[in-house]
Amino acid sequence: MSGNGRSRSLGASLAASPSDQPAMCFDQATLAYDDRVVWSELSITVPRGEFLAVLGPNGSGKTSLLRALLGLAPLASGSLEVLGGPPRRGNPAIGYIPQHAGFDRDVPLRGRDLVGLGVDGHRWGFGRLSGEGRTRVEAALEAVAAGPYANEPIGRLSGGEQQRLRIAQALVGNPQLLLCDEPLASLDMRYQQEITELIGGWARDRRGTVVFVTHDVNPVLGYADRVVFVVNGRWAAGPTDEVLTSEKMSGLYDAPVEVLRVRGRIVVVG
Amino acid sequence: MIDQLLHLLPYAFVQDMLVAGVLVSIVAGLVSRFVVARNMSFAVHALAEVGFTGSAGFILIGLSPVLGLLTGSLVTAFFIGALGLRIRERDAVVGVVMAFGLGLGVLFITLYARYSLAFTILFGAITTVSQGDLMLLVAMAALTIVGLGVMYRPLTFATVDPVVAEARGVPVRLISILFLLLLAAAVAEAVQVVGVLLILTLLITPGATAERLTAQPGLATAASVGVALLATLGGILLALVTAVPVSFYVTTIAFVCYLAARLGAPALGRFRGNPTA
Repeated sequence: MSGNGRSRSLGASLAASPSDQPAMCFDQATLAYDDRVVWSELSITVPRGEFLAVLGPNGSGKTSLLRALLGLAPLASGSLEVLGGPPRRGNPAIGYIPQHAGFDRDVPLRGRDLVGLGVDGHRWGFGRLSGEGRTRVEAALEAVAAGPYANEPIGRLSGGEQQRLRIAQALVGNPQLLLCDEPLASLDMRYQQEITELIGGWARDRRGTVVFVTHDVNPVLGYADRVVFVVNGRWAAGPTDEVLTSEKMSGLYDAPVEVLRVRGRIVVVG
Repeated sequence: MIDQLLHLLPYAFVQDMLVAGVLVSIVAGLVSRFVVARNMSFAVHALAEVGFTGSAGFILIGLSPVLGLLTGSLVTAFFIGALGLRIRERDAVVGVVMAFGLGLGVLFITLYARYSLAFTILFGAITTVSQGDLMLLVAMAALTIVGLGVMYRPLTFATVDPVVAEARGVPVRLISILFLLLLAAAVAEAVQVVGVLLILTLLITPGATAERLTAQPGLATAASVGVALLATLGGILLALVTAVPVSFYVTTIAFVCYLAARLGAPALGRFRGNPTA
């Protein structure tokens, strides 16, 4: 976070102002379902405004890490703080972008309706969006340049268009922390770049914090401040160049693994 | 025929029936949108068929058949909710509960030994519902509408976008259970009009028709209620002046609406979703 010095000195006089606290802090955190340990004694602190890439093979607990942050998966031991407090369900300061699953062709929902659910879908009751809510929807649609197809049935849109609407849906609540669960899966290369730039650009412009789950680090290489790699219940965290090394990866996988850098891309060969 | 209708309309029982028809249609129109979106037609069938058992059982011990239907479908909803909410196991659980429930129904009808009664419950006849039960029906429908109104927005969110809804703090599991209970009440109400076997004509067809017409959720809900109203009120009025049961007319009107929407949808295509917010 730039301007750190200023907020530190302010922090000293105001005690702990909320934006002084890290966006998230896992401390010796262990997550388990029944008896199966997903990851254990995870310790990682992400300052506000940073971009964290969460890497690892399928089933290694990347999504569980997001569920812990969302307050949907309680820890077995250790502690977790999110935006200065314990994780809790429905925290309005957290935006969430799921994997692109694709809507049914005929689902009666337009792009703007999906974004509108991000404003008030969680509130009980019945009724149209407020005027202020509609203004926010328009602004969010504009921010991802989804205006031209916002009135189309969402099931008829391309994967990339649907993901743009997902980003608008997550940002319409003006979050401080954005959690992305494989938002690039099943998108082609061009859309992968567009979607990553929208998320990375938001983090840069708004000094937002991003936790980005992906099985391929390459699309986010230019954005990630640090990575955490989880596999078989073990983990390694730190700057990309320090974690994605042959030595570290071999240790995590408990098998000889080579990390190659080819034309600006990182390839893990095991 | 029109003269005959005008002659009948001033009667209190006809007016009560029409009021009940309007409320049941609103319930059916709202609920069928979610039944279609959540793929719950099999559950609707089970709720109705075990409702039949409840109805037969209550008549056997001298209680209200409407209340019996509500009890039967609520108990079924409870079992489905407790045994399986995940899609994967839901179908099997619904089938298991429905088969046993219907077996009990056979027993009750045999003990009562009046098969015309079975015909009435299976094929519906709002024209034979007693005055007291009609009032009960009106109260049940009004309560169901209130319940749906309270949970409409989070139910919509949890239906079209369950993963994000959960992340935003919507209690998706609780919503599933509450919807199942409201669905049980809606089934008990709609059965009074069209009967157990024809229940889907009010709890699927309106929602399926609306989906064909527009991608705007608010408009689709309005269209769904509209189709349910047209079919129910049209059916009741036509049945009053002819010798054919209500359910025949309701199913026919609903089916014609659906066909018209399917055939007309390509022409409407460019309007799909076009109207702004």
